[in-house]
Amino acid sequence: MANLYPRWFNRLPLMAGAGLLLSGALVTAGAWYYLTPKYSRVGYQPVQPVPYSHKTHVDQLGLDCRYCHSAVDKSWYANIPSPSVCMNCHSQVLASDARLAPIRDSFKSGEPVPWVQIHRTPDFVYFNHAVHVNRGVSCVSCHGQINEMVEVRHEKPLTMAFCLDCHRNPAPNLRPPEEVYNLRWTNDPAKQLAMGKKFAHDWKIMSSQNCYTCHR
Amino acid sequence: MRYFLITLLLITAAVVSVAGVRGALSRKPPLEVFPDMKRQPKLRPQKPSAFFADQRDSRLPVAGTVPVDALLSDSPAATGFVPGTTNYAAISPYPMTAEWLERGHQRFTIYCSPCHSAAGDGNGIITKYGLLKAGNFHDPRILKMPDGQLFNTITLGKNQMPSYAAQIPIPDRWAIIAYVRALERTRLGDLNDVPVENRAALR
Ligand code: HEC
Ligand code: HEC
Ligand code: HEC
Ligand code: HEC
Ligand code: HEC
Ligand code: HEC
Repeated sequence: MANLYPRWFNRLPLMAGAGLLLSGALVTAGAWYYLTPKYSRVGYQPVQPVPYSHKTHVDQLGLDCRYCHSAVDKSWYANIPSPSVCMNCHSQVLASDARLAPIRDSFKSGEPVPWVQIHRTPDFVYFNHAVHVNRGVSCVSCHGQINEMVEVRHEKPLTMAFCLDCHRNPAPNLRPPEEVYNLRWTNDPAKQLAMGKKFAHDWKIMSSQNCYTCHR
Repeated sequence: MRYFLITLLLITAAVVSVAGVRGALSRKPPLEVFPDMKRQPKLRPQKPSAFFADQRDSRLPVAGTVPVDALLSDSPAATGFVPGTTNYAAISPYPMTAEWLERGHQRFTIYCSPCHSAAGDGNGIITKYGLLKAGNFHDPRILKMPDGQLFNTITLGKNQMPSYAAQIPIPDRWAIIAYVRALERTRLGDLNDVPVENRAALR
């Protein structure tokens, strides 16, 4: 009588175990890699109604962020500029350019320009721009190199872990207040740490980790 | 076993090729699995809202409303005029201090220097791209203007000069004027402004 079970059958439990382990490891790795805002948010770059470029306006023309986002150092909300701000210059510069037609239309009609929002925290999170930028935290820390972006891209995950990493240890991200809006500013890491520690001490920075700070 | 490994490899390759890597460009908004608490029916600035007929949740003030922190509407600080007249206030109603001037310098750099240049001579960077020459603050005509008239220009604009009332709050406008006055002084100085003991060094 031939063998009912071939020889390799002896290794079946081992093989099944190894296979399960391997698939389990792959599924875990996939979940770790993909099921996080580091994957789902970072890189989001919607098509905007006007091909407005921060690279042209900030890098080339040297405009300050506050020229357009004028509430960023006064309120929790960094406003998107109204079309009248663009028309300060574009009533003369590129005055009949087709790319700027939506801006001119809304300037005349008073209808808002349909910009697509990119960074968007959940509604149960309380965030505040003014507290950060007035305490030496630059736009780069949370938005990346906006000054080099032709179209704005979601650069940082903006998860709770991201906020807390800095709130636990803000020193590496504190810079002199006059450099907050200068996204090109860099510092040698060793000096930066000493300087950040000094600022945190002098300004009595207490970036809270209490849940009530961000959820109220 | 071999088939199993090959299938696993194929599935992995398929997932990676469809899902891509972290940080890759995406034109579609991030997926939100249980959005019920994340997107509450509350109002946030500059967002659309179905509640209002014009779909805007940032409401325009009703005609005639005055913000609680507004200055008295006929004080020189709010209008740039001597109350009850059409004469421009000669000097700023705010006291001049070092911090005030520093504030003015900062705001001037943000809002005025793109067109008027950091030196205030009207040759800012935008003039290289098609803007007419902006006003030169060292021009005798502007030198003689009362502070109130400068305030009026910032608030309402003049010819090609746009209004900055929406971008610059009233106190900041006066701080900018203080700085413009200081800037004008830089080209009016003569030897008498230099302390006596330093004069020799300039000769
Ligand atoms: C000339 C006006 C102007 C200036 C100056 C400017 N921005 Fe913007 N910014 C805009 C407009 C308009 C949008 C909306 C369109 C878009 O997202 O591209 C925007 C969008 C953004 C966004 C994305 C908002 C969102 O939807 O999440 C960020 C972040 C931002 N700007 C940061 C900056 C920073 C940092 C600076 C200074 C380095 C700056 N901006 C300077 C006009 C400006
Ligand atoms: C301080 C003046 C100024 C302001 C304010 C300004 N722009 Fe511009 N913009 C310019 C100049 C200068 C250019 C470059 C023109 C050229 O290259 O010939 C430009 C170019 C552009 C272009 C052409 C594409 C490019 O990048 O060269 C677009 C689109 C544009 N701006 C949109 C906007 C929008 C939208 C706003 C309002 C949020 C705005 N601009 C505000 C000065 C300004
Ligand atoms: C501590 C992190 C942090 C810093 C620093 C920061 N931002 Fe933001 N920014 C955010 C977050 C989080 C959002 C999303 C807020 C929301 O959901 O409305 C945001 C949103 C924005 C928006 C979209 C409008 C809004 O408020 O939702 C603009 C424009 C913007 N930021 C500009 C700036 C500029 C300009 C600076 C620097 C002067 C800056 N931000 C600094 C975290 C930051
Ligand atoms: C790069 C560093 C950094 C990041 C990232 C950051 N914060 Fe902060 N945060 C600070 C600092 C510094 C302060 C100021 C603390 C102080 O003034 O004592 C602060 C203060 C705050 C405050 C005010 C606290 C109070 O005492 O009222 C809130 C709210 C806040 N952060 C929320 C957030 C949220 C939400 C995020 C994530 C989207 C975030 N922060 C990300 C550095 C950071
Ligand atoms: C520095 C700001 C900050 C502090 C402090 C903070 N959170 Fe959060 N929390 C956030 C942000 C931002 C998010 C949104 C994360 C996202 O959308 O990826 C969040 C999300 C959450 C969520 C929802 C998670 C989800 O997947 O939807 C819970 C639950 C939560 N926080 C609980 C807490 C608790 C409990 C504490 C106190 C121990 C706390 N948080 C402290 C910023 C903060
Ligand atoms: C978008 C470019 C632009 C910006 C920004 C700008 N100006 Fe002007 N400004 C002009 C132009 C153009 C003129 C010339 C007006 C004319 O006579 O046609 C002018 C003229 C002036 C004049 C002279 C007015 C007169 O009676 O002749 C004053 C004063 C002035 N600007 C002040 C300011 C101040 C203060 C700021 C900053 C808050 C500022 N401007 C920002 C473009 C600008």
